[in-house]
Amino acid sequence: MTPNLHLWWIPLLPLIGAAINGLFGKKFSRPAVAGVALTFCGAAFAYASYIASRFSSLAIPYSETLAHWMRAGSFQVDFAFYLDQLSLVMLLVVTGVGFLIHIYSVGYMWEEGGFYRFFSYLNLFMFFMLMLVLGSNYLVMFIGWEGVGLASYLLIGFFFLRDSAAAAGKKAFIVNRIGDFGFLIALFLMIRHFGSLDFSPVFQSVAPMSAETGAAGLLTAIALLLMVGAAGKSAQIPLYVWLPDAMEGPTPVSALIHAATMVTAGVYMISRSHVIFERAPMALTVVAVIGTLTALFAATIGITQTDIKKVLAYSTISQLGYMFLACGVAAFSAAIFHLMTHAFFKGLLFLAAGSVIHAVGGEQDMRKMGGLRKKIPWTSWTMTIGTIAIAGIPPLAGFFSKDEILWRAYQASWVYWLIGLITAFLTSFYMFRLWFLTFTGEYRGSQDAQRHDADTPAAASVPHGGHSHGVHESPMVIIVPLVILAVLSFVGGWIGIPGSLGGKNQFDKFLAPVFHASTPALNSAHTMPGETAPPEQQTEGPEPQTSRTTELTFTGISVVAALLGLGLAWLLYSFQPELPQRIADTLNGLYTTVLNKYYVDDIYAAVLVKPLLAISTKVLWHGVDQNVIDATLNNSADGARQLSDSVRHMQSGNIRSYAGWVAAGAAAVICYMVWLGVRAQ
Amino acid sequence: MVPLNYYLLLSGFLFACGVAGFLIKRNIITIFMSIELMLNGVNLSFVAFAAHWHALSGQIFVFFVMVVAAAEAAVGLAIIIAVYRTRETLNVDQVNLLKL
Amino acid sequence: MLHLSLFLIFGAICITGAINLLVQRHPINSALSLVVVMGSLAVEYLLLGAEFVAAVQVIVYAGAVMVLFVFVIMLLNAGEEEQTSGSRVAILFGIPGMIIGSVLLAWVLVARSGTGEVALGALPGSPRSIARLLFRDFLLPFEVTSVLVLIAIMGAVVLAARPEAVEHTKKEG
Repeated sequence: MTPNLHLWWIPLLPLIGAAINGLFGKKFSRPAVAGVALTFCGAAFAYASYIASRFSSLAIPYSETLAHWMRAGSFQVDFAFYLDQLSLVMLLVVTGVGFLIHIYSVGYMWEEGGFYRFFSYLNLFMFFMLMLVLGSNYLVMFIGWEGVGLASYLLIGFFFLRDSAAAAGKKAFIVNRIGDFGFLIALFLMIRHFGSLDFSPVFQSVAPMSAETGAAGLLTAIALLLMVGAAGKSAQIPLYVWLPDAMEGPTPVSALIHAATMVTAGVYMISRSHVIFERAPMALTVVAVIGTLTALFAATIGITQTDIKKVLAYSTISQLGYMFLACGVAAFSAAIFHLMTHAFFKGLLFLAAGSVIHAVGGEQDMRKMGGLRKKIPWTSWTMTIGTIAIAGIPPLAGFFSKDEILWRAYQASWVYWLIGLITAFLTSFYMFRLWFLTFTGEYRGSQDAQRHDADTPAAASVPHGGHSHGVHESPMVIIVPLVILAVLSFVGGWIGIPGSLGGKNQFDKFLAPVFHASTPALNSAHTMPGETAPPEQQTEGPEPQTSRTTELTFTGISVVAALLGLGLAWLLYSFQPELPQRIADTLNGLYTTVLNKYYVDDIYAAVLVKPLLAISTKVLWHGVDQNVIDATLNNSADGARQLSDSVRHMQSGNIRSYAGWVAAGAAAVICYMVWLGVRAQ
Repeated sequence: MVPLNYYLLLSGFLFACGVAGFLIKRNIITIFMSIELMLNGVNLSFVAFAAHWHALSGQIFVFFVMVVAAAEAAVGLAIIIAVYRTRETLNVDQVNLLKL
Repeated sequence: MLHLSLFLIFGAICITGAINLLVQRHPINSALSLVVVMGSLAVEYLLLGAEFVAAVQVIVYAGAVMVLFVFVIMLLNAGEEEQTSGSRVAILFGIPGMIIGSVLLAWVLVARSGTGEVALGALPGSPRSIARLLFRDFLLPFEVTSVLVLIAIMGAVVLAARPEAVEHTKKEG
C-alpha cells in the first residue's frame, strides 16, 4: 500500500524559499540569502531523491489530490499531483541540475546587486517548474507552464536597467504567450470533448479512439495546438526568436532555464500527451518536420555566431529540434533520454561558459578569447568534456542519446536521418569551433594587460564588481558544480546503451510502462537482439526488422560525422586560422544572411510587430481609448457644464425676472388644474 | 340676485391686475401696492364663497388675511426704507446686488 | 335688481381703480387709486352681508395700511417712475402667463354658470357672530396672529431705525 507521499512538498519548498527571500531578503546578509535558497532547493532535491530510492516499492502511477479547485457542473479540476516514471525522471533532472546551478549562482552572482532578488526568482522558477512536472492534470501543468514563462521574464530582465535586457524579457514572454494561446485552445477542446483535464480520464477517453490516418480530426487538432504551445516554450520554428535574445540574462539563468529545464517543458508535455499524438499521425509528422528543420536551421546559424553564449543558445534550439524529431517519430523515451543528457552537458556548457566569461572579465566575444586552456584549467577541462558530449562522440552521454534518436528517425524516414546527421556534423563543427577559439591559440583579449574594460555591453551581463586582475580561475563554489556536471555528462548516457552495443537500455525499459501502456499496435512487434523483450507486443514507434549490423553501421556513420566536424573545426580554427575569413568573403551574401540569422527577426518586426503597434496606437489608443472612452466622459461633463451654463441665467439677481418666472410657473399650475378639472367632467 | 360667478370674475380680475402691476412696475412701493391689490382680490373671493355656502369661517379668514397683510405691509415698508437708505433709489431694477 | 346694479356700479369703480393703479406713473396716484379700490370693495362686502368685514376693511386696510403707504411715499419723496429696461423675462413670460391664467379662469367661471346665486345680504356677518367664531373655534390662530403682529412691529422698528439711533439706544442701555 503506497503511503501518502505528500508530493506537494516538493514544489512548496522552493516556493517558501522564494517567499522568504523575496519578502525579507533585502535585509539579510548574502550568506543568509544564499543559505535560504540553497536549503529549500536542496530539501526539494533531497526529498525527490528519497522518493526515487523508494520508487520500486510504490504503486505506480501514483496520484494524490491536495485540494479542490474548480467545480463547474460535471467538470472539475483539483490541485493534484502525479508520479510515474516520466515524472520521476523529470523531477530528478529539474531538482538535481537546479540545485547544482543554485550552488553555482552563489559564486557567480556574489558581486551583483539584487542578490536576494535573483535567488527569490530562481526559487520561484523551481516552484513553477516542479508544478509543471508533477501536475496530475493539464491545468496544474498550465500553472507551471505560465509560471516558468513569468520566471523566465523576470530572470532574463534581471539587469532591468539595461534596455536590451528588458526588451529581451518582454520578447520572451510575449512569444511564449503566443504558444500558450495554442495550448489554451487545446485545453478547451479537451474540456469540450472529454469533459476533464486530468491525465487519466483524458487518456482513457482517447485510448479507444482510432488513429486519424485519413483525415484530420479532433485529436489532430488538439495535438497540433499542443504543438504550438510546445513550439513557443521550447523555441522551435517559428517561435524560437526569443531564445537567443534571452542570453541577456545572467549565465546561470541561461543554464537552468534555457538549457536544462524550461525549454524542455515542451518536450515533456508532448511526451506526456503521447497517447493523443500517437493517434494523430499528421500531427506527429508536423512535429518531426518542425523539429528537423529547426535543428538544421539553428545549427547553420550557430556556425557564424561570435558571442559564446549565442552559439550555445542556437545549439540549444538545435538540440531541442532533435528532441522534437524524436517525439515526432514516436520515440518518446529517446526524446526524454536526450532531454536528460542535454540537461547535463548543456547545463555544463553554459556554466562553464559563464566561468570563462567571468575569467576574462566580462568579455563574451570569442574572437577576443583564446589560449585559455592553460590559464583556467578546471573550467577548460569541464568544458572540453561538455563539448565532446554534445558532439556525440562515444562513450560520453550525448553519443548514446543522439544516436538513439538518429536510429529511430531512420526507421521513420531516411530524410529525417540524413538531415539529423548533417546537423550532428554541424553541431560538432560549431562546438569545436567554439572550443578552439576559446581555449587554444593565443590570447587575443585585453584582460591580461590589467585594463579592465567594464563598459562593453557584454560585460554588464556578467558580474564584475571591480576586480581586474587578469585571467583567473573561478572559485571553488563555481568549479564544484562544473565537475559534477562533467561527471554526469560522461557517465549519464550509460543507462541508455542500446542492445546493439551490448547494453541493456535500462532507460528505455524504465520508461516503458509510461509509453508502452497504450500504444496501438501500429507496427509489427520487434525486439532488439541482445535485449530482453518487453512482455507485451506493443512497442513505441515503428521498428521494422533490421539487423544488428545495420544499426552498428549507422552508429559508426554518426561517429564519423562527429569526428569530421571536429576535424574541420581544427582545420579552420587551429591549423589555418585565416581560412574562415576567406571562406566568408567568398560566400559573402550567404554568409551575411546566416550571420544575421536569416533576417527572421527583421521579418517578424516588419510583418507582425509594426502593424500590431500601428493598430494598437491608432485604433485602440487614439480611436477607442481617446476618442470613445475619454470623449464620452469629457463630453458628458461638457454637456453638463453647458446645460448649467445656460440655466444659470435664470438667477439674474433681477427681482422682476424672478417675478416673471413665478407668474409663469403659477400660470402653468393653474392651467394644469383647470385641465384636470375639465378632464374629470 | 347676483350669480356667484360675477363676484369670482371680479376677484380674478383684481388679482390679474395685481400680478400685472407686479410685473410691469418699477417702483418698489408700487409693486407693494400691487401685492395688496392681489390680497384684496382674494379677500373678495373668500367673502363671496362664505356667502354662497353660508359658512362664516370665510369671513374669519378674511379677517386673518387682513391682519397678515397689515403686518406684512409694516415690515415690507420698513425694509423699503432701509433699502432706500443704502441704495438711494426706489427703482427695483437697481437693487440687483445678487446679479452674477 | 338693486343688488345687481349696485354690484355692477361698484364693480366698475373697482376695476377702474385697479387699472388706474397700473397706468399711473407717480406712486402717490397709484396709492390713492388703491384706496378707491378698497373702498368699493368694502361696499361689495356689505352687499354680501359681511358688515364687520366691511368695517374692518375701511378702518384697517384703507385707513391704516394705505395711510402707511402714503406716509412712506411722502417720507421717501418718491418721484415719478423712471423707465428702465428691467427684465425681459417678466415681459416675455410673466405677462402672457398671467393673461393665459386669468383667461382660463374666466372661461371656466363663465362656462359653469350654473354655480348658483348669491342673494343680497346673504350671510349676515354681525360682530357678535364673528366674535363667537373667532374666540372659540379660531382661538389658536387668533393668538398666533397676535404674536405675528408683535413680531412684525418689532421687526419694523428695528429695520426702519436709523443706524445712529440704534447705537444711541444701545449706549443708553
